[in-house]
Amino acid sequence: MSLDASDIEKIAHLARLEIALESIARYAADLSNILDLVAQMDAVDTTGVEPMAHPLHMSQRLRPDRVSERNQRELFQAIAPLTEDGLYLVPKVID
Amino acid sequence: MQNKSIAQMAAELRLRTYSSVELTRHYLERIARLDPRLNSFISVASESALTAAERADRAIAAGDAGPLAGIPIAHKDIFCTAGIKTSCGSRMLDNFVAPYDATVVERLAAAGAVVLGKTNMDEFAMGSSNETSYYGPVHNPWDADRVPGGSSGGSAAAVAARLCAAATGTDTGGSIRQPAALCGITGIKPTYGRCSRWGMIAFASSLDQAGVLARSAADAACLLDEMAGFDPRDSTSADVAVPDYVDALDHDIAGLRIGLPKEYFGEGLDPRVAASVQDAIKEYERLGATVKEISLPNSPLSVPVYYVVAPAECSSNLARFDGVRYGHRCENPKDLEDLYKRSRAEGFGDEVQRRIMIGTYVLSAGYYDAYYLKAQKIRHLIADDFARAFEEVDVIMGPTAPTTAFPLGAKTDDPVAMYLNDIYTIATNLAGLPGMSIPVEPVDGLPVGLQIIGNSFQEARLLNVAHRFQHVTHWHQGAPSGFE
Repeated sequence: MSLDASDIEKIAHLARLEIALESIARYAADLSNILDLVAQMDAVDTTGVEPMAHPLHMSQRLRPDRVSERNQRELFQAIAPLTEDGLYLVPKVID
Repeated sequence: MQNKSIAQMAAELRLRTYSSVELTRHYLERIARLDPRLNSFISVASESALTAAERADRAIAAGDAGPLAGIPIAHKDIFCTAGIKTSCGSRMLDNFVAPYDATVVERLAAAGAVVLGKTNMDEFAMGSSNETSYYGPVHNPWDADRVPGGSSGGSAAAVAARLCAAATGTDTGGSIRQPAALCGITGIKPTYGRCSRWGMIAFASSLDQAGVLARSAADAACLLDEMAGFDPRDSTSADVAVPDYVDALDHDIAGLRIGLPKEYFGEGLDPRVAASVQDAIKEYERLGATVKEISLPNSPLSVPVYYVVAPAECSSNLARFDGVRYGHRCENPKDLEDLYKRSRAEGFGDEVQRRIMIGTYVLSAGYYDAYYLKAQKIRHLIADDFARAFEEVDVIMGPTAPTTAFPLGAKTDDPVAMYLNDIYTIATNLAGLPGMSIPVEPVDGLPVGLQIIGNSFQEARLLNVAHRFQHVTHWHQGAPSGFE
């Protein structure tokens, strides 16, 4: 499996990573090598094999739909880069 | 002082042979003097450690001390600690002080343990050499030019160098066992779900598990006794009773059936490492165990499967680091997308970005069946291999890593070569099983680890099997020169 520069740009965009132009070739080579390693899977016949969703085949536990946490907004926002009036600030999204 | 077992320290603290404040000062002094050679700590918490030590001394005096009262330990910097920075080895979290303690941290604190600081690690636990840390590599105490292994490399080096009595770690593909092997100490990765993941920064949620790095199986049992157990805050925590691991240490192992997977002794294994592991297995035969060859035919596929499953889950888990709520934020973002992209590109190192991109690719439209679904199916085949093996043996043994510690920088340019370090450890994570590494005879002065794999929730058996070996051998007592 070989990825080219446009594949890397697309993947980086999906992953929301700013990739420097000079790094693209290296990422393309590294990711292609990793996918070559992964391609060993192709030789295995998995017809009729169930995918393993949980290592111990346990199912997701549910809890009653009741409030169990107290509001700690001030505590959590104390470590935020930028807040105002209890809101997280980001660059303007809508003009 | 630093060579005593945890049980001995606990007993002497109770006899007031010395106080926890004295013991804590002793370790803090060692860290200040010796850690500049290793870089095993990211944060040293002298002040809060001494406060906790004073509290432990008062509890001991009052007669209501917990089992680990006054014992100085360290946490891998992946566990959230209120009041001490939790960086996860990343620039992304260089400014992050968690507003709460992880369950594992909380439980060890409730048992009275004193936290000396937070140990260095591969960034977001992605690495096998501790070289991806934003805070620089950790040096192996046995040879400063070599890696300590990873990702819990700081914990392993700190324990081997006697800079703490024991340390916590996490293991997603070998991150406790491999550094334990390379640093000559004892490490245990419990069954998936045995220790809570709550407050442990997520890498690959179906594989991540907390465990212990210590100087002996007995010391590891002391910590695991406190760490293990059900936690309603972790939705995959196992609601399974926890036996007393210390109580089980001395059980007789005569008649123990050991399986040796032929796939773990083939091409790629350093013959000197193989010889050392074989000698250890002969010791087990002298202790009354029987040995038979078994096969885990799908285990060679564990590395390819892992490099689909782990990056896929990582790309999803690390989507939370967006520069908005906590962690690194870029300067002067021009719009929201620029804020996300530059904060993440500046905050994450190369290996983390590689894995996020692989994960994003294998989960992207049109590729899911060929990669993630295929990997999850082969994962089932790998787990079935173990299930069949455990019908005829009690434990599986083999090498932990194919070689001894390699030189710093030797594999940093070749991600795939680095990944192959974990060839013997990854299958255990994929199957959710518990695994250990204990030191056996070194090769050219460098430690070698014997891996012991058990069936689900057989941690007591593993610790017992490891302890009986350590009872009749001395490899676990060796200290690196300059750190005795």
